[in-house]
Amino acid sequence: MKCDICNKPAVVHEVTVKNGVTKEIHLCKEHAEEAGVAMPTHQPINQLLTQFVMSQGGQSSESSRKSCPGCGTTFSQFRQTGTLGCPECYDAFEEQLAPLIERAQNGATHHRGKVPKRAGDSLDRTVIIRQLTKELDQAVTAEQYERAAELRDRLRHIDETPASPQITKQAKRKAKRPPKKD
Amino acid sequence: MEFASKGSWLSEGGPEADVVMSCRVRAARNLVGFPFVARASDAERHELVHIAKQVVLDSELGQEMIWVDLAKATSRDRQLLVERHLISRHLAEADMPRAVAVSEDETLSIMINEEDHLRMQLIAPGFRLAELVEQIEKVDETLEQKTDFAFSSRWGYLTACPTNVGTGIRLSVMMHLPALKLTNEIERVRRAAKDLHLAVRGYYGEGSESAGDFYQISNQVTLGQSESELLEEFVQVVLPRVIDYEHQSRKILVERNTNLLDDRVHRALAVLRSARLLGAEEAMKHLSRVRLGIHLRRLQDVQLDVINRLLLQIQPGHLQLHIGADLSPDRLREARANVVRKALR
Ligand SMILES: [Zn+2]
Ligand SMILES: [Zn+2]
Repeated sequence: MKCDICNKPAVVHEVTVKNGVTKEIHLCKEHAEEAGVAMPTHQPINQLLTQFVMSQGGQSSESSRKSCPGCGTTFSQFRQTGTLGCPECYDAFEEQLAPLIERAQNGATHHRGKVPKRAGDSLDRTVIIRQLTKELDQAVTAEQYERAAELRDRLRHIDETPASPQITKQAKRKAKRPPKKD
Repeated sequence: MEFASKGSWLSEGGPEADVVMSCRVRAARNLVGFPFVARASDAERHELVHIAKQVVLDSELGQEMIWVDLAKATSRDRQLLVERHLISRHLAEADMPRAVAVSEDETLSIMINEEDHLRMQLIAPGFRLAELVEQIEKVDETLEQKTDFAFSSRWGYLTACPTNVGTGIRLSVMMHLPALKLTNEIERVRRAAKDLHLAVRGYYGEGSESAGDFYQISNQVTLGQSESELLEEFVQVVLPRVIDYEHQSRKILVERNTNLLDDRVHRALAVLRSARLLGAEEAMKHLSRVRLGIHLRRLQDVQLDVINRLLLQIQPGHLQLHIGADLSPDRLREARANVVRKALR
């Protein structure tokens, strides 16, 4: 796709509906800036992703097949969309994400802002629930029913600990949710 | 949905209002235990709307919040919410279960199932970023009492796109920079913004054109800097610099280009007072120049609040609300010219 104004390749593609009339805009970087058309939100990360894929060469195929245990998203899917599948993706792809985030975030590597008031216990609980759920799945797959029953009890116990009913609901949901397959 | 055609806060002034139209603070949050919106099933998205509704309405904020189910709202109402900067165009046009909670004074909105599960936003006229940052913290803490947000000690608040991770906080300032535009100095702002890792966008944010010399400046970096450091950078460095550029350009116009300035502002007012058909962009452009003329005391018989209100009233959704019907593009242009002529008579 070429720029509407010159012959350079267009990097900004926009379909706007104005007063019921659909208008398509394709602009190169220079003309987009000149027209004041903002780059799409995910442009920077997508650009970084492309650079990343190119620099990785052949070895990227193996790591891009790896999928997130929480939602089943693969790294190559993230590369296509620029968005992750679930919060656990940050753990699953930490190694590949870290350099990308660092570049997208002007060199920053760690959060320095506010921490949720209850972060301490909610984080622990999330981690424990995740671990127990994983073990429970394994036990069920291996047909170790006694072990599975014991794990279920422990999960139930954790569910009862949180302070707010809303959290209980979310935590239970988490424990019950089967991993998504593609 | 009750949307009076009363001017919302947008018609008010506020500190540094000659250059700073409005400030906005947005925080992106996701609920623990769910995939991000794009990855969630429709059932999960429904559940997210349901949970968010409980969380918001049961919280201390609940009393003053109006809940709008966007999947059921008419496209005209959604357009109105976009024009009032209460929801994003992305959320208005999405095809999935989604909602927004709006405070009665229209300063706080909480979008559900935008790119992230929750996007809470505060907006106010003039240069009031510090107040807004303080308020958004309170909103965040209030909601946090009712739910768990996805957070990691390394990455901070976890968001669907890694460009928002960390604080999840986006500060945006809508600036009116007509003199920089007239003197072709707007590139200076763009370059300065780029050096500071800021994004410069149009009137409606992402993917919109900068109609009428209104520019939205926002931070691009959300990681590695605390909320107060980010705020300080905006309040101490970024905004004063841009405000100063614009003031310098205005001074040059008044001192050295009086004729050009007077021609532009009087011509703009004449068009607005006599046009029978007005396109949105054309109207924005002329209103912008009249606004400049008022601030530089080149125009005496026009009130600033009238212009500020018109900037909102000329938008398609507001015109349709005013007329009470969906309008074709031609009828919109006619209605817009009528509204403007009447207000400036
Ligand atoms: Zn071009
Ligand atoms: Zn995931």
